[in-house]
Amino acid sequence: MNRTVLDLWVGIFVAIGIAAVMFLALKVGNLSSAHLSNTYVLQAKFDNIGGLKVRGPVKSAGVVVGRISDITFDPATYEAVVTMNVDGRYQFPKDTFAAIYTAGLLGEQFIGFEVGGEEKMLKSGDVIKKTQSAVVLEKLISQFLFNKAADGQDTK
Amino acid sequence: MFNPLSLIRKLGHATVDRIWRLGFATRFLFAILKYSATSFRRLPLTLREIYFSGVLSLLIIVVSGLFVGMVLGLQGYETLQRYGSTEALGILVALSLTRELGPVVAGLLFASRAGSSVTAEIGLMKSTEQLKAMDMMAVDPIARVVAPRFWGGVISMPLLAALFSAMGVMGGWLVGVVFIGVDEGAFWAQMQAGVDFRYDIVNGVIKSFVFGVAVSLIAVFEGYDSAPTAEGVSRAITRTVVTSALAILALDFVLTSFMFRGTS
Repeated sequence: MNRTVLDLWVGIFVAIGIAAVMFLALKVGNLSSAHLSNTYVLQAKFDNIGGLKVRGPVKSAGVVVGRISDITFDPATYEAVVTMNVDGRYQFPKDTFAAIYTAGLLGEQFIGFEVGGEEKMLKSGDVIKKTQSAVVLEKLISQFLFNKAADGQDTK
Repeated sequence: MFNPLSLIRKLGHATVDRIWRLGFATRFLFAILKYSATSFRRLPLTLREIYFSGVLSLLIIVVSGLFVGMVLGLQGYETLQRYGSTEALGILVALSLTRELGPVVAGLLFASRAGSSVTAEIGLMKSTEQLKAMDMMAVDPIARVVAPRFWGGVISMPLLAALFSAMGVMGGWLVGVVFIGVDEGAFWAQMQAGVDFRYDIVNGVIKSFVFGVAVSLIAVFEGYDSAPTAEGVSRAITRTVVTSALAILALDFVLTSFMFRGTS
């Protein structure tokens, strides 16, 4: 086969292959949207993290502002220590409230930041003091049942 | 008459034979790597092999990718709609393709389409004593014939697997969004939220690269090692396809258990 024709075909082949990788990276994957630039580290302690996973999102007002990088257990306080990488473009006040929410009824769990009113901002390595644990469905149901039972006794 | 000694001798012979072939294949790989510099210095040789194993495999990869994606779209929709979560169709199609089906099915197709033809070519060269003739002219057949075909396969395979995954996603989109009518925004948004570039796509590319090395090595080795007869070449081609398929599936299990160990 002619050299130039062969070169052309190989060029087309490699271009199509690279285009496929680009398509996967940009359209299928989340390379463009979830790219966090120069992150800083925050920590939060929870009594119960429920089904929270590493690489899960950290959201504020519904916008993804960071990712969970590590989850460990603190043997001194028996609490879960969640380490997060937060996007450097976003600053949060010292009294920010970190809570674990569930997306939808059975969706994945994420950390939500409720912003407080403090003037000072959280710095890299800071620990968020005010947290709210994941909602455990069984606890909720048993609480509801106990309340019902108590109400029933009162009215008798 | 039944002779237990001969049975044990047969078993020993088979074992030694296998181990000898494995060692020969390893030495063969080192020989290829040693002469690889030549195949990159004389780029036209490698380009020609990329044309034969890559460009000529384009059609089968594109068509099968599209159909695999369309089937995934149909079957995924069929199951997901029972749970009322058809928006998750995008992430289902994309994750199955980028993680598993893309590299594996593209590798199997590549082994039967390109690997077998490489084995046939080298096997025929050997049986018509072209390789010996090259040796006589002080041209190393590994540098001139084997290494370019090996690298042609290794370069083509990840590109073909990526193309397969991309076409599969398009096929899933075609069936899910265009034919059935899943919401287009949810289809892409769920997919982009659930597919991670490093975790899912890069791991898929690594898989396809490993499969490319395995299939190319098996193809050139079986061709080089074939008995120089018509029957020997046909047996070598069969062995290439069978061994490649088994190697891809076994390697896929090993790689998957390393890459995706339930951390997500």
